[in-house]
Amino acid sequence: MQTQTTATAIDTKAKRKYSGMPRSRRIMQNLTFWIPVVIFALLITCAIFAHFIAPYPFDKMDMVNRWAPPGTPGHLLGTDTLGRDILSRVIYGAQTSLAVSLLVVAITAGFGTALGILSGYLGGNVDSVIMRITDIALSFPGMLMAILLAVSLGPGFMTVVFALSILGWAGYTRLVRGEALRIRNSDFVAQARVAGASSWRIMLVHIFPNIVNPLIVIMTMAVGMMILAESGMSYLGIGIPPPRPSWGNMVSDGRAYLSPPQSAWWISVFPGICIGLVVMSGNFLGDWVRDKMDPRLRQL
Amino acid sequence: MTRFIIIRFLQSIVAFFGIMVLVFFLVRASGDPTVFLRSTTSTPEQVDLLRHKLGIDKGIGTQFWIYLKDYAKLDFGQSYSQQRTVAQEIKDSLPNTLKLGIPSFVIGMILAILLGVWSATKRDSWIDNGVKFIAVLGQALPGFWVAIMAVFIFSVHWRLLPAQGNNSIACYVLPVGTMVFFMLPGMMRLVRSSMLDVLDSEYVKLARIKGLSETKVIWKHALRNAMISPLTTAGMLFAGIVGGAVITENIFNWPGMGRLAVTATMARDFPVVQTIALLVAIMVLGINLFVDIAYAWVDPQIRYQKS
Amino acid sequence: MSNIVLQVEDLHTSFFTRMGEVKAVDGVSFFVRESETFGIVGESGCGKSVTGLSIMRLLPEPGGRVTGGKVILEGKNILELNKKMMRAYRGKMVSMILQDPMQSLNPVYQIGDQIAESVRLHQDLPENMVEPEVISALRLLRIPAPESRINEYPFQLSGGMRQRVVGAIAMSCRPRLLIADEPTTALDATIQAQYIALFEDIQAKTNVAIIFITHDFAVISRICDRVGVMYAGKIVETAPTREIFKAPRHPYTSALIQSVPRLDRKDERLFSIEGQPPSMMHLPAGCRFSPRCTVSMDICKEQEPPEIKLTEDHSVSCWRVK
Repeated sequence: MQTQTTATAIDTKAKRKYSGMPRSRRIMQNLTFWIPVVIFALLITCAIFAHFIAPYPFDKMDMVNRWAPPGTPGHLLGTDTLGRDILSRVIYGAQTSLAVSLLVVAITAGFGTALGILSGYLGGNVDSVIMRITDIALSFPGMLMAILLAVSLGPGFMTVVFALSILGWAGYTRLVRGEALRIRNSDFVAQARVAGASSWRIMLVHIFPNIVNPLIVIMTMAVGMMILAESGMSYLGIGIPPPRPSWGNMVSDGRAYLSPPQSAWWISVFPGICIGLVVMSGNFLGDWVRDKMDPRLRQL
Repeated sequence: MTRFIIIRFLQSIVAFFGIMVLVFFLVRASGDPTVFLRSTTSTPEQVDLLRHKLGIDKGIGTQFWIYLKDYAKLDFGQSYSQQRTVAQEIKDSLPNTLKLGIPSFVIGMILAILLGVWSATKRDSWIDNGVKFIAVLGQALPGFWVAIMAVFIFSVHWRLLPAQGNNSIACYVLPVGTMVFFMLPGMMRLVRSSMLDVLDSEYVKLARIKGLSETKVIWKHALRNAMISPLTTAGMLFAGIVGGAVITENIFNWPGMGRLAVTATMARDFPVVQTIALLVAIMVLGINLFVDIAYAWVDPQIRYQKS
Repeated sequence: MSNIVLQVEDLHTSFFTRMGEVKAVDGVSFFVRESETFGIVGESGCGKSVTGLSIMRLLPEPGGRVTGGKVILEGKNILELNKKMMRAYRGKMVSMILQDPMQSLNPVYQIGDQIAESVRLHQDLPENMVEPEVISALRLLRIPAPESRINEYPFQLSGGMRQRVVGAIAMSCRPRLLIADEPTTALDATIQAQYIALFEDIQAKTNVAIIFITHDFAVISRICDRVGVMYAGKIVETAPTREIFKAPRHPYTSALIQSVPRLDRKDERLFSIEGQPPSMMHLPAGCRFSPRCTVSMDICKEQEPPEIKLTEDHSVSCWRVK
């Protein structure tokens, strides 16, 4: 008995123009996994062990060494306008950003998924109402909500978490609802119903495990996205307030000193690069997870 | 079709009312605006007077009713931090935001469609790889950071473009560029993937079988179907634009509604923030409504079924 | 004997995938005459659809490419035409009907427009002559009330009706060759018979040569004058339909015919061919059918059999045939 790949699959879907996989491509594919993993590992380490890794406390000022460029002895990434060490602040910033992001992802994923399963499985009026609210939540500008909450609650850690969570669940709901609808109409759910399973049992035991896959993909990417959102808020001043460093408010700090005489580009540049790296890693990891689960969905 | 529009419209009104309530309570959630407005030497009587003047000494229910009445009259109240009415503040800032927003949107959409289609039809070419690269970078790097870097390079270092002001065309370049940067990666990616799906479909094959030129196949047959999907996300796109506008106006000190919203927030200026929020909410609902209608128009199936 | 419209000589088509080259069509030759229906029959994946696409030069890119052979349509090797000229040929000289009528029509345009597009492209008619031409194409496919139909959208039509519209588009410029790729597979059995009868009708009226690709022998027996049996990228037997059924010479052909269930013989176990078609990337040495062939000999496993012409119209590739 020979292994077979039927030519029908090739008939309709062959889209590669390489014959055999070149080594360079394989290396690239491996890199796109390992580099993000390393970055995330760094992120988590910094977040948990900030206290031990950072050379200085984040608020230690040094008025003699203000605006020191990177490479100054004792300050690998330079210092800011109050002489605080940039490297340490970046490390503590990782802690802040990751904390916000993980909390928000947990809340939004949990709530959004539950709502999505209910909406998709129960259908009818429940579905209509939930979807309408979801539509509005999705199109309501997050920035505006952040502003509203900052006005009423004042900037702070919990304000940021609240601001990102209050609208963030909608994306999950829409996605999960779609999957729940699809699964609801499948045969094994019909069988469960015939066997007399209750709705709750079906939702928990049958529907939920089947949406876990795409959910994990989204959650991985969401970590980076939430860090991006929080940094935007902090940049404007309505996020994490000083002196606690967030990559966003660090970028904002450095804005005023870009031009001469200080030309202290490093205050803004390094935190920005960190944000970009983390978000990209999140996206690549998410793609990798998606590929592993179902290669047919590969975008490229 | 008209029935469809009417139902959607009514739903929007209900939603708007819900948002009005939400905004009202949200804004008053815990803050006491007098905190910002009184000095350390104010006596309790002065604070009470201030409270009375601002109307927050009445019960919540009364406040809400006054709120509804005033808004119905289009009286948005007085700004807490400036000596002007909210209406005046908005009248001054809104045109500036539009001057920035509309060109950015148009340029962004055109670029997104062009690049998205090009990248989908010439797979694995340098354009496709370039587009994918921009998409990845654009979605990862924070917009405000890129804008600051742009300011640093073009304005400070090379002295090519101004970073402030809004009186010459040159002043528009960096802000519009920043706005486009916010919009472009997401939209481009969407157009590209939608196009890839459509290009795989049987009717595109049929179009080629007829012997149509590739240009016609892409722009007449494929694109019209491919745009259906990105259209439905126009609502979400608007949310992104608002966010981008706020940040952009902030960076370039552009005297628009975005900058106004942030400064008002810092000053705990409720009436201003509240009004801006509601204005934006109206726009959001309006866009959603428009998208629903446009979707029905573009896809004949929906149009016929709803009639 | 009427003229030969299409001559395919030693056609080779491959797909270049990440895993290697897949030789979907590996040396296929046949011809089709005017007003004749040539059937290509075989299991899924044997390369019959790819053959049709190769003739149209519409293989999926990147990846698919014709790597050898000739396709001579009315005396001209169309593989040599440049892109622009090939486009002129498509729709006018050769046309194709695809399998799934639900997907073949563009959902956002009216069907009248979709047919008219073809007419405008290939025929130099003044604008007021276009609509009558569209209506005549609809009539050719026996679509009732064509004048009102032209303003309808695809979703308003049933599957069978849509397939007729696809046929109308294909025939609107009266091509010399029509390739039908499993056009009845997605239709109900009751509609199938009607649709097939249509083909005979169209052929009688326009003398078009038809290539009918299918896996359904019943359809073959109904409509095809001659048949080519394809297996793993090669044609193993070509013969007039009656001879294929009465006296198949290739073991695969007989096995295929045997596996068609019959209502007139009761209490019979369904016959199926043992094994699976080979992977197109790891083809067996020798005759490709030999692993599943009940009468294979040693030489079958070592060398590919040559094509043997039994008569002008009947060829076989099998070592058992002298």
